[in-house]
Amino acid sequence: MSRRGISGRQGVAGWTFLSPVVLVLGLFLVLPVFMALWVSVSDWRGRGSPFSGDVGFVGFDNYAAILSGDGRAARDFGTSMRNNVYYVALVVPLQTALALFLAMLVNKRVLRGRGFFRTAFYFPSVTSSVAITVLWLFLFSSTGAVNKVLSLVGLDGPDWFQDPRGLLHLLLGVVGVDSAPGALANHDLLGISWWEWVSGPSVAMTAFILMAIFTTSGTFMLLFIAALQNLGGEIEEAGQIDGANAWQRFRYLTLPMLRPTMFTVLTLGLIGTWQVFDQIYTGTQGNPGKTTLTPAYLSFNAAFNTQQWGQGAAIAFILFAIIVVLTVLQRWLLREKDGAR
Amino acid sequence: MSPHVLRRPSAPRAIGALLAAGALTLTACGGSSFDDSGSEEAGGDLSVLIGSSGEAETKAVEGAVAAWAKESGTGAKVTTASDLPQQLSQGFASGDPADVFYIAADTFAGYADNGSLEPYAQDLSNLDDFYPTLTQAFTYDDQVYCAPKDFSTLGLVINSQKWSEAGLTDADVPTTWDELADVAQTLTQGDTVGLAISPEYARVGAFMAQAGGGLLNDEQTEATADSDANVAGLNYVKGLLADGSMAFTTDIGAGWGGEAFGKGQAAMTIEGNWISGAMQADFPDVDYQVAELPAGPAGQATLQFTNCWGIAADSDNKPAARELVEKLTSQDDQLGFAKAFGVMPSIESAADPFKTEYPQDAAFVDSAAFAKNVPTLLGSKDVIDDLNSKLPTLADTDPATILETTQKDLEAVVADSQ
Repeated sequence: MSRRGISGRQGVAGWTFLSPVVLVLGLFLVLPVFMALWVSVSDWRGRGSPFSGDVGFVGFDNYAAILSGDGRAARDFGTSMRNNVYYVALVVPLQTALALFLAMLVNKRVLRGRGFFRTAFYFPSVTSSVAITVLWLFLFSSTGAVNKVLSLVGLDGPDWFQDPRGLLHLLLGVVGVDSAPGALANHDLLGISWWEWVSGPSVAMTAFILMAIFTTSGTFMLLFIAALQNLGGEIEEAGQIDGANAWQRFRYLTLPMLRPTMFTVLTLGLIGTWQVFDQIYTGTQGNPGKTTLTPAYLSFNAAFNTQQWGQGAAIAFILFAIIVVLTVLQRWLLREKDGAR
Repeated sequence: MSPHVLRRPSAPRAIGALLAAGALTLTACGGSSFDDSGSEEAGGDLSVLIGSSGEAETKAVEGAVAAWAKESGTGAKVTTASDLPQQLSQGFASGDPADVFYIAADTFAGYADNGSLEPYAQDLSNLDDFYPTLTQAFTYDDQVYCAPKDFSTLGLVINSQKWSEAGLTDADVPTTWDELADVAQTLTQGDTVGLAISPEYARVGAFMAQAGGGLLNDEQTEATADSDANVAGLNYVKGLLADGSMAFTTDIGAGWGGEAFGKGQAAMTIEGNWISGAMQADFPDVDYQVAELPAGPAGQATLQFTNCWGIAADSDNKPAARELVEKLTSQDDQLGFAKAFGVMPSIESAADPFKTEYPQDAAFVDSAAFAKNVPTLLGSKDVIDDLNSKLPTLADTDPATILETTQKDLEAVVADSQ
């Protein structure tokens, strides 16, 4: 590579040192992304190179099959979106709150055995998600430990991973609404009716939600601990002198100072939850009743199991777009409001 | 992210460099696949990819393949896949797939359609010996693509002890829907339900077939999911569920029919011959017998499931691969596999030796006479998965509503295939 001009000299050196990384990233990251983008607008069916001559360009056909009409592909995608929306909406806030709570606890100087608790809370995060899924399948089986504990307090636990009933539907059933009101049944979004959208996470999905909270809270707790330890004690002290009580100090001093960490945690949480795959793949493969189907698993299934590679790649890019949009949105919501930015 | 490290003007050049690198890689890819197709006559060792049910199966296949390798002088290596469809797909996409592999009937069409499979079965010397309905399952565009490896049918599995305790004798083995309903009622006692099956098309579909229905017509050219016969089949099942003489495994906390049966939660179940291995391993003390499924309004019917030995279109040594498959589907090898891991031979000439050896499984083999294939069109697996997601709620749903969606989806599948 030749460079001209004064900046060229340094440029050559810079690029030489960077070239291994650029090459590796280009080969294993950028190129595959472009390949997938091409596959999503092609009719490639999984044999040989997607760039070979007999693979045709089909425009947005693959996207249209997923996003419009009420064919099976569209219904599956709608169902997976519904499932994942509930998953994200429950996991992200709960795991963030729990992580912060745990971090505040183990950050207290008065707590004895802080090191032990820190390790204990962090432990699920370093265990493989496959191992935890298997553990969860046992814990939440119809005769598993969770149901044993529930039976001690007189509750008859469900057969968690076999139960497709939606939580909100169950709640609505309690107040007597157990079939779709006409307005909800007759209108649909992404191929499934509004009544199906308001089903809430299924009992099976709830078990996965609990699992996600259990495993990732520890990771984010670590981030919060690091942030908390960076906060000077002076401000806290100043607050105390000004007569702020513990809650006020947390709400008006600690929490605002944690904003950058909060952004990191929420973003990582958002990305991780939208991409949930391992648990579904090892645990339920979308069953029961497709209520644990997620876009990431659907993408895998469409490509590898049914040879619909174009649709699989299209789902992946839609998921990518969703994540980017939500991250930008969240950045905007968490912006410094006093105009510092 | 800190883009400041890089000088602004360099960014477009970086992209240029990336594209150049990318183009290089692509040329490399194109080149290698070109070589592959050119070197067909060169021969070479075979790789065999199987999805194994366990050590017994792996050992048996390894043994048979090794014996062939020794005899033919062509090397062959068996690999077990942890996720067969995924590993196969990866191989086909890379242009360097395994030469010989298992293919399930319900994923077959996808691979045949994208040209990954070699339609070699036409040239097999023993083609006429396979059950015609099995080769039909692996026919795509009027070509038989691959040789059926083995097959299974569904039978009625009966707990002998509970049977005799309920005062039933061999003469009471149900041959009609009414008799099945009667014995299921008789066998329903205490915590035991008469009959338990998994709520999926691969079980419930047998009743639809007995009523004369099916998701597709036999030629797979027309969607027939919403036929009256299918509704009748589902209504019969729904009736048994309402009587309490039958339950879905999901409702009694069992993973599948064999588990409910082995644990004594059910006195009868509907499963295939794979149940004998499971019973031996998990419930060796439960004594049972197998009967053919009863006849519905349209006579006797059951479902059959099968796998085949696929050969890759990109294989370097197709003649040798075909010879290997010929040997693996021979009577000797198939009976050997039957002995090792309990599968049923896919060739008619092995039926009698098999029945002599395993009289308790005779009903499964005899059921081949009236067995129906599950749909194998490209995309039908997804439709069946969708149907399976609704069957668990059959007790509270109108069968016609369930079948309506299936019909619409299958019509799209059929239209795509023509």
